[in-house]
Amino acid sequence: MADLEDIRTRVRLNEYSLSNTQSTDFPGNYPDYDDAWNQVKFEENFRINIISMTDLEMEFDMVGVDAAVANAFRRILLAEVPTMAIEKVFIYNNTSIIQDEVLAHRLGLIPIKADPRLFEYRQKDDTEGTPEDTIELELKVKCTRNPNASKDATDPDEIYRNHKVLTKQMKWIPLGNQAEMFMDNDIHPVHDDILVAKLRPGQELDLKLHCVKGIGKDHAKFSPVATASYRLLPDITLTKPVVGEKAERLQKCFSPGVIEIEEVKGQKVAKVVNPRKDTCSREALRHDDLKECVQLGRVRNHFIFSVESTGILPPDVLVTEAVKILMAKCRKMLSELDKTQVETEK
Amino acid sequence: MEVGRLEVVEPENPEDETCRTFVMHNEDHTLGNSLRYIIMKNPEVQFCGYSVPHPSESKINLRIQTNGPPAVDVLRRGLVELTAVCEHVLTTFETTVNNFKRIQGSGEPMDTI
Repeated sequence: MADLEDIRTRVRLNEYSLSNTQSTDFPGNYPDYDDAWNQVKFEENFRINIISMTDLEMEFDMVGVDAAVANAFRRILLAEVPTMAIEKVFIYNNTSIIQDEVLAHRLGLIPIKADPRLFEYRQKDDTEGTPEDTIELELKVKCTRNPNASKDATDPDEIYRNHKVLTKQMKWIPLGNQAEMFMDNDIHPVHDDILVAKLRPGQELDLKLHCVKGIGKDHAKFSPVATASYRLLPDITLTKPVVGEKAERLQKCFSPGVIEIEEVKGQKVAKVVNPRKDTCSREALRHDDLKECVQLGRVRNHFIFSVESTGILPPDVLVTEAVKILMAKCRKMLSELDKTQVETEK
Repeated sequence: MEVGRLEVVEPENPEDETCRTFVMHNEDHTLGNSLRYIIMKNPEVQFCGYSVPHPSESKINLRIQTNGPPAVDVLRRGLVELTAVCEHVLTTFETTVNNFKRIQGSGEPMDTI
């Protein structure tokens, strides 16, 4: 019975392989189990714990879903949550040493702090853009010599003026009624100290930048996360009591904080206190005397998500948007299904 | 931004409603794998699998074989159940985030659930 539970709920980490990686809890696989989908049971067992949350990063646990659904959320966070990014660069003057296309590529990757939910997607054949789907920024920098610099100065910051083009110099030009819509939050790049190009006296940049709404699938510049990933909760069980010097060696095999040594009747006994901290290096399985005492695995339905935002939207907003996008996909498919059924009935 | 279109592959035996192959355009493993999982949890389903015929084309083939109910109904039920899962995840997440922010704001120690 215990073995069955193990197969159903744990991924086993063996010395040279992994076992039970596939979820097998489908109806009909196990005679005594009712594995049919049950929304009530799912809601009872599902929970979310937030470990830490800041403006840019978030770590939370999602327990009770299958890998297919958790992976769907991760994929959507990376590639299908929309953001605004610079798409078209109108180059009126570029006498810098950076080529036009290289400059345009770099500008596209700069994260722009504008809430994409307030904008529409651009229509397929529209080249001009409307105030509802476009943000216009301007970058106009001219590098000059500094007349007040001393004769033998060598530091470029002293002898030249405006030789570094930073995102701080990008100005927002409101189109249409954007000035009233965004009165409180100006539209600007997330960081104002990103170095875009370097100039020397006489060189100048005169660019108009148009931002549109897009998704990461189209181009990675539209991805709202620095990265989004998950790992499964490690599961360490000691099959035999580990005492004395063996306990100390066992403690060294795992990441610090996973195993603690307790004094029981004068003997040092090893105890698993915090399997969460482990990075699953399987070091214990490399030692012949330790590998019989420990069983390593992962809990199959416990996902520890880590979402790092680029700064455009806070990470909790990103996760809610990702879930909404999966819902929208299902709903769109359902309406398509209804359409095809109506057509076949005709 | 054309989101999924649905096509049904012409079945060899149109009277038999229990087996169908669906082609979903502009979809990939994101919807494919999660939908396959939910549909497999249906006890009436004999077979459910999806594939991406070619990685350069953005479409998936989803095949459903049941032992009774029409395949279209099973697909519809799968989509409805997946939507319900997402809704529950969304409400649970939002509640948890609001609680966390409230507790953080007032400076009380976090209780571990």
